[in-house]
Amino acid sequence: MNPLVSVLIVEPSEIIVEGLSAMLTDTKRYHLLSPMHDAEALMERLPVVSPDLLIVNPTLLSSASKQLSAIAQLRPSMPVVALVYQYVASSVMEHFRYVVDIRASRSAICAVLSEALDAVANEGETVEQTENYELSERETDVLVLVAKGLSSKEIADTLHISIHTVNSHRKNITHKTGIKSVAGLAVYAMIHNLME
Amino acid sequence: MHSSLFTPHMKLADLIAANHNIILLLPRFNIPLGFGEKSVREVCQANQVPVDFMLLICNLYSFDHYLPSIEELKTIDMRPLVPYLKASHDYYLQERLPHIEAHLNHIADRSTPRYGTVLKQFYADFRSEVAAHFQTEENYDFPNLQRLHEGLRPQPGTCAHQDQSHNGLVDKLNDLTQIVYKYLPGNVLPEETMELVFDILQLSADIQKHALIEEKILVPYFAWLERSVK
Repeated sequence: MNPLVSVLIVEPSEIIVEGLSAMLTDTKRYHLLSPMHDAEALMERLPVVSPDLLIVNPTLLSSASKQLSAIAQLRPSMPVVALVYQYVASSVMEHFRYVVDIRASRSAICAVLSEALDAVANEGETVEQTENYELSERETDVLVLVAKGLSSKEIADTLHISIHTVNSHRKNITHKTGIKSVAGLAVYAMIHNLME
Repeated sequence: MHSSLFTPHMKLADLIAANHNIILLLPRFNIPLGFGEKSVREVCQANQVPVDFMLLICNLYSFDHYLPSIEELKTIDMRPLVPYLKASHDYYLQERLPHIEAHLNHIADRSTPRYGTVLKQFYADFRSEVAAHFQTEENYDFPNLQRLHEGLRPQPGTCAHQDQSHNGLVDKLNDLTQIVYKYLPGNVLPEETMELVFDILQLSADIQKHALIEEKILVPYFAWLERSVK
């Protein structure tokens, strides 16, 4: 038997969270993490709760493209599904590959979630490999602090992020640049004019 | 028995044909070139090198799957281990590292000053780190292994190096190649830069095998001798 898929729902309405949770629990395929009610909580807690699947109400995202790419950075192989029951601007919706409408039937909703999970499973490793190899803004921030000789703990404190997030940025930096040592990263930062 | 390993009856020239890196090992055994069609056994006898030890090193350099058990090591004449490792250190410190440094400085001096300076600094730091690492081994591990061979107990307070610092050295060499061929502007002495990258890659592969010999041969062998002396 497959292990349960852990699902995080981010939705302000308690009725909808309760209803959707009950429906998904019934299928015995999903394990529901404690739901969140806003995007701030999501961005803060995502690295720690590490869900396999994220269902989010798009109206909670103040800047969908930015926040979704930050989410993808944190959990590159986690599908993100939009949860809709009201009008959402198409400029926001275009960032979502998967959408569930709460008025849809139970089986239709489950089908969308399965499809999202299968797509990610099939893409597997290639998701990260086809990504671009330029450092993100956040990775560059971390790189500069690494080059200055700060420890992961000190970087976490400076940037107000968890040490787990720092370590995952460091892993990505090494993956993208091919450079492992602190001294090597310092040379990289100098050559790219990243140091003051 | 390992079926695909080098054996004493093979021609030394055939070993080198199979893995050209073996030619770099010969000076560490004081074996001169010009050995003609002689077998490994004959060449070793002529140069007072225990053939089983010579084959141990050649096989480790050539077959990634090969890692002898301590039982196998017990049957091998391991007295040349320390002189061999010392000769490797000398080769890295006195020949390869200065050669690469001269090459690198030549390129760095023709590069933008700010790149040149950091690159030279990186290498100078790396070189002193390597020298310090080798010095520790030569001051503690090597004399202690000699003592154990003579049936004496090792000096107290010292131990066979079991740290992971080799990984750090190999990482830095790999970082250096990445920086040189990916991030240095490509219009500065391209032919020399490529030669430099090949030199560093060669040294990096050599040091990885050297680290393997120290971590998987020297350390367990040392521990076994230590137990048998007590």
